[in-house]
Amino acid sequence: MNQPLPTPCNTGSTIRQRGQHEVFCGLTSIIWLHRKIPDAFFLVVGSRTCAHLIQSAAGVMIFSEPRFATAIMDERDLAGMADMHDELDEVVEKLLERRPEIRMLVLVGSCPSEVIKFDLGRAAERLNARYASRPRVLCYSGSGIETTFTQGEDNFLAALVRGLPGDIRSGRPAQLVVAGSLADVVEDQMARLLADLGIEDVVFLPGRSSDVLAPIGPQTRYVLAQPYLGATAAALESAGARRIDGIFPLGEEGTTAWLQAIATTFGVSASRFEAVTAAPRRRAREATAHYRPWIEGKRIFLFPDSQMEPSLARYLNRELDAEIIEVGSPYLHREHVAGELAMLPPGVSISEGQDVEVQIDRCRAARPDLIVCGMGLANPFEAQGLVTKWSIEFAFTPIQGYEQAGDLAELFARPLMRQGLLSGAASPSRRVAS
Amino acid sequence: MKLTMWTYEGPPHVGAMRIAASMTGVHYVLHAPQGDTYADLLFTMIERRQSRPPVTYTTFQARDLAGSTADVFKTACRDAVDRFQPEALLVGASCTAELLQDDPGGLAKTLDVDVPVVALELPSYQKKEAWGAAETFYRLVRHFAGGVSRPSEIAPNSCNILGPTALGFRNRDDVVEIRRLLEEHGLDVRVVAPLGASPADLARLPDAAFNIVLYPEIADVTARWLKKTHGMPFLSTVPIGVQATRAFLAEARAMAGLPAMVDASNEQERSTWYAKSVDSNYLTNKRVFIFGDATHAIAAARIASRELGFKVCGLGTYMREFARDVREAAEQYGIEALITDDHLDVEQAIIAARPELVLGTQMERHIAKRMRVPCAVISAPVHVQDFPARYSPQMGFEGANVIFDAWVHPLMMGLEEHLLQMFRDDFEFNDGAAASHLHETGTAKAPVDAAPIIMPDAVDQPVGWTVEAEKELKKIPFFVRGKARRNTELFAAGKGIQPITVETLYDAKAHFAR
Repeated sequence: MNQPLPTPCNTGSTIRQRGQHEVFCGLTSIIWLHRKIPDAFFLVVGSRTCAHLIQSAAGVMIFSEPRFATAIMDERDLAGMADMHDELDEVVEKLLERRPEIRMLVLVGSCPSEVIKFDLGRAAERLNARYASRPRVLCYSGSGIETTFTQGEDNFLAALVRGLPGDIRSGRPAQLVVAGSLADVVEDQMARLLADLGIEDVVFLPGRSSDVLAPIGPQTRYVLAQPYLGATAAALESAGARRIDGIFPLGEEGTTAWLQAIATTFGVSASRFEAVTAAPRRRAREATAHYRPWIEGKRIFLFPDSQMEPSLARYLNRELDAEIIEVGSPYLHREHVAGELAMLPPGVSISEGQDVEVQIDRCRAARPDLIVCGMGLANPFEAQGLVTKWSIEFAFTPIQGYEQAGDLAELFARPLMRQGLLSGAASPSRRVAS
Repeated sequence: MKLTMWTYEGPPHVGAMRIAASMTGVHYVLHAPQGDTYADLLFTMIERRQSRPPVTYTTFQARDLAGSTADVFKTACRDAVDRFQPEALLVGASCTAELLQDDPGGLAKTLDVDVPVVALELPSYQKKEAWGAAETFYRLVRHFAGGVSRPSEIAPNSCNILGPTALGFRNRDDVVEIRRLLEEHGLDVRVVAPLGASPADLARLPDAAFNIVLYPEIADVTARWLKKTHGMPFLSTVPIGVQATRAFLAEARAMAGLPAMVDASNEQERSTWYAKSVDSNYLTNKRVFIFGDATHAIAAARIASRELGFKVCGLGTYMREFARDVREAAEQYGIEALITDDHLDVEQAIIAARPELVLGTQMERHIAKRMRVPCAVISAPVHVQDFPARYSPQMGFEGANVIFDAWVHPLMMGLEEHLLQMFRDDFEFNDGAAASHLHETGTAKAPVDAAPIIMPDAVDQPVGWTVEAEKELKKIPFFVRGKARRNTELFAAGKGIQPITVETLYDAKAHFAR
């Protein structure tokens, strides 16, 4: 079941596991996507389970009325007593009556709709024709048999790129596409830095409104801001764009390397790069230093969740001096994370996929100081006296870029600080300012 | 196909998980894709349990569909039995696996695992969570208590408690409260199931004289089956509220062959006196809208109406299985029950009913919040905050005390209603003054006129007010001004009056005073 696979990097073999996976499915990325693009609405075509999943995982009960919903298939649909396409059209009509402000309607495929091969592409085409693209209708699959957590965003962005309507291709082509949703505050910081570096016509994908996307062509370069965007990268490349290779913008080192890769591509001078990044680099190092005493020397185990784990591990190890026991990832895009894996210290265990029970055994045996894991596992670990960090926070908290480097460090430090507070233990190796 | 933004109930396999997680020695192998593993967090994060629910998901993937998902299931089954060594194995499929038609029950039987296997058929596209829980409990009881024979000598005061589950609304504390009450009255509680029971305990169910059904949604089917099969009578008065608790105890004593109570008073019980006390006067005929599971909704209506002196202006449930009971209850209050699982219908009904208090689930809490109507949660589905650290039962006399506090506190602004009437010109109580606990920053603006509390749909366009009428409206204390504005506008719209004058304002006041 768990066979080692050879990898090109220096981190030893990868543990590949089949067995129970304890990772959210791609539907859950709707939770941040709907906030990122306020004029879009996500309609899951699925089962009661899908509706319950999004409700529970999102804690959506905090919103009065979210910009996502589920078209729950029932027995009539499956028994062929009703034409599912007619049924879907009715649901969409009802939805648009209620929410006429929707400018982009996204049909999201789920496990059951994939298994019965319900053709959402055809439905989207039909609805686009019917509503004359007002709203524009897109579709992608967020099903758990094909995607994990963040891969839902990947499929959505790929659909956005592929769904670029021909008529807006007439505008000025993008020089640089930054792909992968970032918190608005991070996006603004990145946009300022890129502008200061003299890079023009930068487009963020996804944009904050559904209709802003400049044409992409052979002159376009793209850079990934998130490591989980295999399908998006393929879609961008098939539109002619070329990837700028780099590690991901987590921490001072990651952000600098990421910007440097862009700067090099666009021929930004070393002096300009230095001038633009010197101050934020200093701030990032300063902010991170506050938390290093809590984390340095600590042994950390990362369960698979968002595919950001290799980048998080690299940051933990190189900027906070943590010891990494295992880096789990639901999937490794070997090309996109090659840089990250190469920077991990030799001998770190890397696992792809999981058999959660076996992984829990490994984790318990290692007695780490901090476990980064999903919500289903965290409290049971805490109950055993192990300290955990919910991995979902890395998907929801702004952590990319210089100004967030300290926040990222704090996410890891907080459970350890809390443990210190509650157990009455003294502060870490050095006294921490405030 | 049905459009839904919120759902009151999960799928039936989540109901089955609730039973598995309630019990000891049971493990559930669920044929399901990886997305379905989210359900774990209902127990670990929402209920804050210390252990994962005893469920192994097969988490099959797309690439498995080309091969044999049945083999994936069999491997998961074997591994789960080896690892967890349960006393009983539940097997079933979630909605996606149901489409694959792998037949988990049949497959598990071929495995020759040395553990009793209970196969679940939970039609995901027809049924929902509570049904799934009830069905799972029934299947388990049938399996373990089906073949056993009832002893010939049974102590008449022995009973079982059926129905409490993991994720149930305050079930954990209800069981403690009810068990204590029963034992104080000389009853011998043998098995509580499913919460805390093992398969062996289920086999002991027929050893008691009778059953007590605390939550009919979960245990009704099982209790009926035990009656039919083993001749066990059951009691299904739900002891929520003082009067129902008294009735419950009287029935339990009668069933146990104990003499009737001479004095039914309980010194811990305070809610009756609190409700009678003079400062509860303001509660008189407060309009309350109730929606939830059938047990809690029906009980809430009874307490609201008979024990607190509220006026029930809406009553409903999302559980179609119990529609008849809720309809019957609603008739007693002269209203029509709302039976729907569409929260938008509930929202419409709340708007139309113009309540002053909403008692509902987390969904109604948010509807009420949006409408700025006080609200208390009385039923699942619930939020992490509905698993409080403190002891907080809903059942028994202590439960009635808890309910009094939980429902009356959101209305506390109302408690000040009559006091503020008396002190309306006081500098501290005018609407420009800050809250009294913020006296140091006296210039801070109080949240003035949070109205309109409810914008009724009937009012298609905003109704204009004359300057004088607006001035007069301002003389009404701010905390009831929203209601006055709303009522006046509703009245004006109904009569086609435009604009609203001082006259209209007082006409409306007279009209609504009734």
